[in-house]
Amino acid sequence: MKILTGNDLGTGDVVWWTGSDWSRHIEDASDVGDQGEAIAQAEEGARRVNTPYVIDGEMTETGPRPAHIKDRIRALGPTIRPDLTLKPADPEAGNWVI
Amino acid sequence: MYRYDQYDQNLVDTRVEEFRDQVERRLSGALTEDQFKPLRLMNGLYLQLHAYMLRVAIPYGTLDGRQMHMLATIARKYDRGYGHFTTRQNLQYNWIKLDDAPDILADLATVEMHAIQTSGNCIRNISSDQFAGAAADEVTDPRPWAELLRQWSSFHPEFTYLPRKFKFAVIASDEDRAAMRLHDIGIQIVERDGSFGARIFAGGGMGRTPVIGKEIKDFVPVTNLLSYLEACIRVYNRHGRRDNMYKARIKILINALGVEEYVRQVEAEYAALDKQDIDPPLAEFERIAAYFAPPAFEADAPDTVDRSDPDFALWLDQNVGQHKQPGYAMATISLKPVGGIPGDASADQMDLMADLAERYSFDELRVTHAQNIVLPHVKKADLYALWQALNQAGLAEANLDLISDIIACPGLDYCSLANARSIPIAQKIAERFADAGRQRDLGELKLKISGCINACGHHHAGHIGILGVDRKGTENYQLLLGGSGAEDVSLAKITGPGFDEAGIVDAVETVTNVYLGAREQGERFVDTYRRVGMEPFKEALYG
Repeated sequence: MKILTGNDLGTGDVVWWTGSDWSRHIEDASDVGDQGEAIAQAEEGARRVNTPYVIDGEMTETGPRPAHIKDRIRALGPTIRPDLTLKPADPEAGNWVI
Repeated sequence: MYRYDQYDQNLVDTRVEEFRDQVERRLSGALTEDQFKPLRLMNGLYLQLHAYMLRVAIPYGTLDGRQMHMLATIARKYDRGYGHFTTRQNLQYNWIKLDDAPDILADLATVEMHAIQTSGNCIRNISSDQFAGAAADEVTDPRPWAELLRQWSSFHPEFTYLPRKFKFAVIASDEDRAAMRLHDIGIQIVERDGSFGARIFAGGGMGRTPVIGKEIKDFVPVTNLLSYLEACIRVYNRHGRRDNMYKARIKILINALGVEEYVRQVEAEYAALDKQDIDPPLAEFERIAAYFAPPAFEADAPDTVDRSDPDFALWLDQNVGQHKQPGYAMATISLKPVGGIPGDASADQMDLMADLAERYSFDELRVTHAQNIVLPHVKKADLYALWQALNQAGLAEANLDLISDIIACPGLDYCSLANARSIPIAQKIAERFADAGRQRDLGELKLKISGCINACGHHHAGHIGILGVDRKGTENYQLLLGGSGAEDVSLAKITGPGFDEAGIVDAVETVTNVYLGAREQGERFVDTYRRVGMEPFKEALYG
């Protein structure tokens, strides 16, 4: 699958395109197919997101998973500070990244 | 310490308001990201993996208690309660919101700090010896020279858009504690016939093409220093490549021209410069130097220390250095607890270090390029009380220059340029060698980790260096041996094929075992490597 991602313009938060909006949660990401560039251009123009780009991913039982470790770290948070990730209460969350 | 005059303060305050307007225009859509990016970078604001990152300049690594307190306040108020001290003696915040950035810069300006020129293709923060003004082996305090360079290079109109970033380091001792020869221009202040002058090295650097700086001038008096450096950079600015960012640093130009031709052009430029337009009168240098006058040391401070507490004695031996003033010492606070994140400090720790500096070190702190903090002027009689306070806060790790005192860049946990994580490798190595006795037995061993070829973690200069690479989407780690950023400067060499995350920790242990088996009396790891060569290490690693 193709996933569109970027950083929120104001907060800098990592965000994922859901099909109609941006979410901080990778679980909400949709497959943008070949529409990623067009959506990115429109959204950048709307000043909601900074430097959006399309990545490869796969749909798994737990939801979309970016193909590259860099984007998985973006999706969760720093592996060395579980308390600062999006899932601070889940001790297994780091395994999803690696 | 240097204090802003009204011109400095106006300059910084005006810049804050200029950036506030630029941020508003970006958020309103009046500026595109392409237009805004160079403006935010000029103010130290990057976009990293998880958020905006703000890099705050700490000139030559020197700050006082109120500045450290402000860094703590900003960490609490705008970030997530911590900051990261870097190999350029700066501080980085990892979780900044764009619309908070102008307020942060305004808060910094209230304590004479800023983030100007901490990014972009300009002259960056001047780095120096963390023991400046205190070390027994220095010929003079290098910081007035560094401050002179800071003032000259700040907003220098000709050098705002260089081919690439440009880094200076200034030291004033034969012992190099600032990796001086791995900077674009390194300066060693030396004494000749009763006068001080600058010995100049050019074309050093790490990154993807590591080069040791070459000496291009043996003595430049302070009254001509700026005009000589102006000539050095003008030649670079004229001929440095702008078509390929990977070949744009001055080291590439000097290698292409040859050092003799580069020096010939610098000398020709220097001869033609109107030096009166550039060089300050000696009185101005002396005005700056007066800010760095030694603090009011007690002349009769006791020169002995009670070593009866064995844990304190270990810290004393490892983390405390000889001061030029009898009765005083230089204390390094390690930011490398076993299992911790090299260079990270919480807001509470920053506040404590500020308090301790105010109480015990004439209100001065230093940031080291090895990502530790120094209290430079501690009375020996106060060392035990200082250690007790640090120990209570988990800041008394007695590991300076040992294998767990690891330099590590933020790596793939934070950095958008990184290919692999650095910090977990540092943590695992520190845990493997957690036994304090084992560390001390290994002796001085500088281990440095970078998460990509840009080498922010100085892996080329590590006795043991580790470079994280991306091998088909998987983190892989190359091992390097034999580097040094000190006065015995050398570039580390790759041992061979890389290792995975577990393998690199084993590999480090393997090479330390080779060292222990081969070392001769008094040899450090790097000394043994230089004597026996790479082969025994390769044999042990790869069979």
